[in-house]
Amino acid sequence: SLVQLACNSSKTRSVSVDLNNDTALIIDIPDALCERDKVKFTVHTKTTLSSFQKPDFSVPRQHEDFIWLHDTLVETEEYAGLIIPPAPPKPDFESPREKMHKLGEGEATMTKEEYTKMKQELEAEYLAVFKKTVQVHEVFLQRLSSHPILSKDRNFHIFLEYDQDLTVRRKNAKEMFGGFFKNMVKTADEVIISGIKEVDDFFEQEKTFLLDYYSKIKDSTIKAEKMTRSHKNVADDYIHISATLSSISADDSTAIKKHFEKLADLFEKLRKVEGRVASDQELKLTELLRYYMRDIQAAKDLLYRRARALADYENSNKALDKARLKSRDIPQAEEQQQLCLQKFDKLSESGKRELTSFKGRRVVAFRKNLIEMAELEIKHAKVMLTMIYRCLFDNAYAIMKLALNVVTSRPFP
Amino acid sequence: MAEQTDYREPEPGRGEEFSPEAEPLNSNGQNSLLEEEEEEEEEGEDLFTEATEEVSLDSPERDVLLSDGPSPVTPPASLISPHLPHNHLYTHCSFDEMEEEDTPDLFDISILVSDPEKVGEGMNAYMAYKVTTQTSMSLFKSPQATVRRRFSDFLGLHGKLATRYLHVGYLVPPAPEKSIVGMTKVKVGKDDSSSNEFVEKRRAALERYLMRTAKHPVLLKDPDLLTFLECSELPRALSTQALSGAGILRMVNKAADAVNKMTIKMTESDTWFEEKQQKFENLDIQLRKLHCSLDSLVCHRKELSVNTALFAKSAAMLGNSEDHTALSRALSQLAEVEEKVEQLHQDQAGADFYLLAELLADYIRLIGSVKGVFDQRVRLWQRLQDSLLLLQKKRDAEAKLHANKPEKLQQARDDIREETEELEGKVQQGERDFEQISKTIRKELFRFEKERVTDFKEVIIKYLESLVQTQQQLIKYWEAFLPEAKAIS
Repeated sequence: SLVQLACNSSKTRSVSVDLNNDTALIIDIPDALCERDKVKFTVHTKTTLSSFQKPDFSVPRQHEDFIWLHDTLVETEEYAGLIIPPAPPKPDFESPREKMHKLGEGEATMTKEEYTKMKQELEAEYLAVFKKTVQVHEVFLQRLSSHPILSKDRNFHIFLEYDQDLTVRRKNAKEMFGGFFKNMVKTADEVIISGIKEVDDFFEQEKTFLLDYYSKIKDSTIKAEKMTRSHKNVADDYIHISATLSSISADDSTAIKKHFEKLADLFEKLRKVEGRVASDQELKLTELLRYYMRDIQAAKDLLYRRARALADYENSNKALDKARLKSRDIPQAEEQQQLCLQKFDKLSESGKRELTSFKGRRVVAFRKNLIEMAELEIKHAKVMLTMIYRCLFDNAYAIMKLALNVVTSRPFP
Repeated sequence: MAEQTDYREPEPGRGEEFSPEAEPLNSNGQNSLLEEEEEEEEEGEDLFTEATEEVSLDSPERDVLLSDGPSPVTPPASLISPHLPHNHLYTHCSFDEMEEEDTPDLFDISILVSDPEKVGEGMNAYMAYKVTTQTSMSLFKSPQATVRRRFSDFLGLHGKLATRYLHVGYLVPPAPEKSIVGMTKVKVGKDDSSSNEFVEKRRAALERYLMRTAKHPVLLKDPDLLTFLECSELPRALSTQALSGAGILRMVNKAADAVNKMTIKMTESDTWFEEKQQKFENLDIQLRKLHCSLDSLVCHRKELSVNTALFAKSAAMLGNSEDHTALSRALSQLAEVEEKVEQLHQDQAGADFYLLAELLADYIRLIGSVKGVFDQRVRLWQRLQDSLLLLQKKRDAEAKLHANKPEKLQQARDDIREETEELEGKVQQGERDFEQISKTIRKELFRFEKERVTDFKEVIIKYLESLVQTQQQLIKYWEAFLPEAKAIS
């Protein structure tokens, strides 16, 4: 189905800190279109840089274009010492779509009202997934635009500016690069990283930390997701309970009628708030964890590249020794050794810088999101408390009224 | 000082309104509430004696419908206890004062089922529950009685009450269901949360069962119930297979079903019954649906609790791994908060279950009893129709005899006269039975509806209080966490 979304991205941005600090290049995704599974993002750029043809322009982009951009950056050797921002995950509407399907099958078992409410809930979920994917694509671009080196990347500029379909360029790029980095066996990276003899304390610590932290944060992401999903299930149950209480109340002719009516009303109000608690938790907690899990993977990739560079350097040393022994090809070997050493040093220097600022970024983001999550939890709980108190008093009032046999002329304030 | 009585015959068409000035229709010929009240206070005898004195042989209340057991004694139309103590009938309600104004209960009884204890080992093991009765009613030997009972004792009690009272239209509360799986786990000695939950569920159900039975003015005076509550030794109830709540109903309903299936539908002369039956059919369906949704809620909330606990552990590990000191501490605090939240969800799931879901389950079973007595009434009507048919046949035969051979066969005529008279008696009895059960059912449904209103109102309030509790705690926990999060630098 066609869903047009004009989303104000500054509101939904959550997991990273304000990235549009550098006013020379401001990027956002003001709207997106969803056709079946394909999402078309409108990437909007405002810039004062002369390297661009216009100061204000937009282009349509697909998810695959983002992936192309990410991959070209990863495969650029010049950037080997940088943490490349993780690629945004593919838009995944599987969960709401499956639920929508199940709902359609179970339509006969529920009242029209229930069905409508469930459908509304699912549409909201669909919308939430949509918003999330827009946000995550936007943040990716903003990470790039705020990076001193990556923001100048030529392919990045092409991505932002090129007003034709990028598909052709994407195909060409694949052929050009041949994926030298991807060809490496990535699954062995942890072994390689832990295997090297580390002389630098900083990197020794980082290595230990990142490897351990990655597995922990991955686990937390999964558990947080399960928790949020259970929460949504509870909110959905409130819909059915409210609907049935309503029908019982409609048929009832005793004093219970009013009580059930008010209880049905309460459950309906509560489920909306519970739904928001669940989605806020998802945004502030689950998405935060998920984002930094991927970011830490990117940091690990940096360590991996540095480890390979170190391995190359060690190999070049061995080759030099061999050359000296054989008294052959010594100058080539020396040159090779120098190159490797330079590369390794450059990676180490850049890597240290990147990893330090990464930690800072991470801490700031966690702080912001944890504060916001706690504030929202408190806010929602207070709202629900008010609703429940109201219902409690309405119920007690009804009993009191009955007991005192008093007929009031004005309604309960 | 006329206090609203809980049990009196309603005037036709009054419905379920609350009217404190109701005129008593006393079967014993007394019209005033006050008279009777004074009498009782003067004598100070126990209600049982007073009731037997008042019932005369000519009283239409005399019940000869039952073939076994003692006749249930119809109580005098007003039962008053001089003082209404607080909190007695509802053990954990904080809105009691208001409840009293609404439906002042006359039964000053509190029954608690507690301290489940496993007796014996292996497959012969069983759970013994402590049953404590506190009362000021003179019906009981002493104001407090404590006995130990096992589940089959409860079933035995229910069996006796059902056989005695269901047949004449009294709504005997059904006993809790047997559970082979649940009980086997307990016997085998599985001391895990699921068997603990099972025992707790059963304990609560037994308590509700006894209270509901005691609230019934007729059942309360049954000697077997009194024995159950007071005597330390009880003969072991055998063959409780057939005596489970469902079993009794099956017994009663089987006959009714058989009859219904083969004969014509009862011509209902009283629309009240037709209306009520339809209403209860609808209510049954709705309550089942609601119960189903609640089951789902309980399940999901328990899941939420488990997942929150898992997340809490994971967050703690993450906090340990975190190398930034302040963030590490905040993450550990987050883990602690989530652990507390997990307990909240667990508690709320308990309230969802023990308050709402179990109440609905009780009422679904009670409606089963209601259906049972309706069917029983139809069965009696059927019996009456059969007797009428036979009577008609005999009368026809008698007339034929008269017409054909006026003087001869005096003996035959005498015989037939005797048989006719016998059948006439049967018909009269059948009519009385039918009238009686119709009257009893009306009374019972009136009382049932009142009790339903009270029960649901009470539970709704308790449930709302549980929701309040949960939200208040959530606010507390997150407000304590907020400064920790802000402290990250």
